[in-house]
Amino acid sequence: MDLHLQDVTLVYPDGGTTLTAVDDVDLTVPAGTTTALLGPSGAGKSSLLAVAAGLTRPSHGTVTIGPDVVFTPTTTLAQATRVRLERIGLVFQSPQLLGSLTALEQLELHAHLRGRRPSSLRPRAMELLDAVGVADHAGKRPAQLSGGQRQRVAIARALVGRPEVLLVDEPTSALDHERGTRVVELITGLARETGAATVIVSHDASTLTTVDATVRMLDARIEPAAHLATS
Amino acid sequence: MYVALRDLAHARGRFVLMSVVIVLITFLVTFLASLTAGLTRESTSAVTDLPSDRIAFSMPGADDAPEFTASRVTADQWEGWARVPGVESADPLGVATTRAESAGTTASVTALGVADGSDLVPWSTGDVAPGTVVLTPGAAGALDAQNGDTVALGGGELVVAGIADADESFSHTPVVWTTLDDWQTIGARGADASDAPVATVVALTTTGADGAILADADAELGTTTVTRSDARSAVSSFAGENTSLTTMQAFLLVISALVVGAFFTVWTISRSGDVAVLKALGASTGYLLRDALGQAAVLLVGGVAVGTALTVAGASLLPAAVPVVVTAATTLVPAVGLVLLGLVGAGVSVARITRIDPHAALAAR
Ligand SMILES: Nc1ncnc2c1ncn2[C@@H]1O[C@H](COP(=O)(O)OP(=O)(O)O)[C@@H](O)[C@H]1O
Ligand SMILES: [Mg+2]
Repeated sequence: MDLHLQDVTLVYPDGGTTLTAVDDVDLTVPAGTTTALLGPSGAGKSSLLAVAAGLTRPSHGTVTIGPDVVFTPTTTLAQATRVRLERIGLVFQSPQLLGSLTALEQLELHAHLRGRRPSSLRPRAMELLDAVGVADHAGKRPAQLSGGQRQRVAIARALVGRPEVLLVDEPTSALDHERGTRVVELITGLARETGAATVIVSHDASTLTTVDATVRMLDARIEPAAHLATS
Repeated sequence: MYVALRDLAHARGRFVLMSVVIVLITFLVTFLASLTAGLTRESTSAVTDLPSDRIAFSMPGADDAPEFTASRVTADQWEGWARVPGVESADPLGVATTRAESAGTTASVTALGVADGSDLVPWSTGDVAPGTVVLTPGAAGALDAQNGDTVALGGGELVVAGIADADESFSHTPVVWTTLDDWQTIGARGADASDAPVATVVALTTTGADGAILADADAELGTTTVTRSDARSAVSSFAGENTSLTTMQAFLLVISALVVGAFFTVWTISRSGDVAVLKALGASTGYLLRDALGQAAVLLVGGVAVGTALTVAGASLLPAAVPVVVTAATTLVPAVGLVLLGLVGAGVSVARITRIDPHAALAAR
């Protein structure tokens, strides 16, 4: 399903005044494609992603997945959490794995969160761990994995629930150029395979050779899109 | 409890430490409860084991609280009680703690004096006859006396007629049974007038009498009647012990709730990053609270079970001289209290989960 952000504005309270982190942004990401969100630090990229993920309510505007309006300024916390569980995959800047769970359990947890038997997700989880190249480490905890392996587990975790939307915040910031490129390649490939409408936030344009579209963000606003893949 | 159980296994060191604390507190609370019950028994079993349901005291001052040491009943009073409608039986009972001397040794005992043919004596072999004494097993042990031996009780010489079926004690001294006449040489001896004191209290069986009838009789006869269990407070050694030991138990229960609460506060704060991640992954607040409280429950039930088992095992290893009574009331009731209060403590602590904002928390991580 496509992801649409319509007239999204996010205002943070900032001491006595306010800070507009996202200013009237429109963005459409077709299903199965990856859009890169570029821009300098403080531009509002993470804030935009947080609105798209329902982690924070937009001050104005709506987020739509396919035909459904999922987040508005009045969406409740519980509603947003449910949408995130069922329709959205998230990858954070650092892997954010849970210390006491093995790589496989990080993925199986999704089934438990949805009230199903964790082992019911095992074939899918193993398939994804294999796709990101860490199937051999399925039984290891985060402390036993390298930084790159953790990031791959985190990507597999984001996709285990077959999300319609995949939101990835600076997945390459801790990686060198070559590894960063491979991770972006992995994400775009998986997005295509799973049909997820995907947004990757990055500050390093050189790793984005495989994305379908690029959008620049500056001072809370979005600049017109340029199509990298076709250029 | 998918994450909670794995956290328990993963952060084993921390949880083992906390479990040990819970085990020790539980041991302390249940052992103290058993000791309290044991001491209560030693203080009051002569009263609580009576087949009667109420005890009538006659105190020197009308407003005095009932007390065995000060109460004196007259023949008029117990005969008056016997005539109250609905009162099935009214037995005079003399209570006096005194020195007893056998051939070999001396001991403090409480002599209970009963009227001829009284049912109050737990001795199925016969009735206490004049000039004889029936020893409880505890008294027989303390005096090293057997059937046929002579025991000097408050000056008078009595022959041991038998050993009672049940062990009873009063104010930490073993009980011996005598006739009311023999008892009067130790306790109250009045003139032969009907208003002279003959015993300490009247033990009543009041199956057919309601509260109003009893109150009227009290007013008319100048007595104060309380239930058998309230009569424990009239044993002076009981009141003080019971208050201090019960206070200690209450404090321990509160302390354990605070300790558990403090542990889970620190634990919840230290895992707030994980909670933020779980929320971002779509875990509902209810899911997270169940997870955290389930974890606390596992820890509490496990620790409390081990602590209670320690008390039961420890009590069976103690020498008989240590008065511990292990019953469900002294182990399971405090154990359940510890688990419930611990859950309250943990619940207050993990409630902060609801306030964790995944957006802010993840940005800071
Ligand atoms: N939770 C927050 N509360 C208040 N201000 C915030 C919060 N998160 C980000 N900001 C502010 O919003 C602006 C955009 O931040 P962010 O979205 O993190 O930018 P980027 O990801 O592009 O670096 C910054 O000025 C930042 O200080
Ligand atoms: Mg950012």
